[in-house]
Amino acid sequence: MGKLAVFIILSCVTLIPAVIVVTSRNMVRAALSLVPTFLGVTGLYVTLDAEFVAGIQVLIYAGAITVLILFVIMLTEGGTGLRVRQMNAQTKLGALVAFGMAVVLIAFTTATRWPVKAGTMPRYNAAAVGNAFLTSYALVFEVTSLVLLVSLIGAIIIARREE
Amino acid sequence: MEVGLTHYLAVSALLFCLGLFGVLTRRNAVAILMGIELILNAANINFVAFNKYVSPGAVSGQIFALVVITLAACEAAVGLALVMAAYRGLETAYVDEINLMKW
Repeated sequence: MGKLAVFIILSCVTLIPAVIVVTSRNMVRAALSLVPTFLGVTGLYVTLDAEFVAGIQVLIYAGAITVLILFVIMLTEGGTGLRVRQMNAQTKLGALVAFGMAVVLIAFTTATRWPVKAGTMPRYNAAAVGNAFLTSYALVFEVTSLVLLVSLIGAIIIARREE
Repeated sequence: MEVGLTHYLAVSALLFCLGLFGVLTRRNAVAILMGIELILNAANINFVAFNKYVSPGAVSGQIFALVVITLAACEAAVGLALVMAAYRGLETAYVDEINLMKW
């Protein structure tokens, strides 16, 4: 019963600010509402025994990406964007598509019989993740770091002021 | 009532659809990127939830989630750099006004 209560609270913390993110006319408010959404997702990771992913989520999403988004909002025209129309002409169609998608996805996920297995997760999560990254997934690890390097160089070159 | 895989999948589906709504209806390129971040978070919840309920004992789903988080950081950096470049060249960050290539 306690687990269900925690799950419901974390879901509300995730989903209610997400509604503000996609509907608010104030861009700064939308960007700051990302923080509780990411923290709610962090809580969901903790309930799923993924402590290392939860820590990385706080560092990268709630810390880095939100700040990056806030900087770009401040650097582009209009700031909060309150005087400008923020939605395009297809708001109703978009809402219809998103609602239909939600109904279809939830119907399929509840109708499918998932091959659920009982078992316990590794006791030390960070150690298990580190071992997996440096043994079975070493290639994934290296390629991801290469992609990160290339994309950061690309971002610097794209954002540089041209002489 | 026990919390199961389906509960997490339902929350993830709702988060995905909110992100989809943002991507489809926002005019500001930064707001569209925020919608994409919500979608990637929904995918990550799925990875971690499947890891716990379908193959407990392994951490492959968490590895995938970490890779997705890294790629989301790359995508945010490049995307926001593109927004800055477009804003500098065209004086706007609203995607329906960026129509140089449109016939």
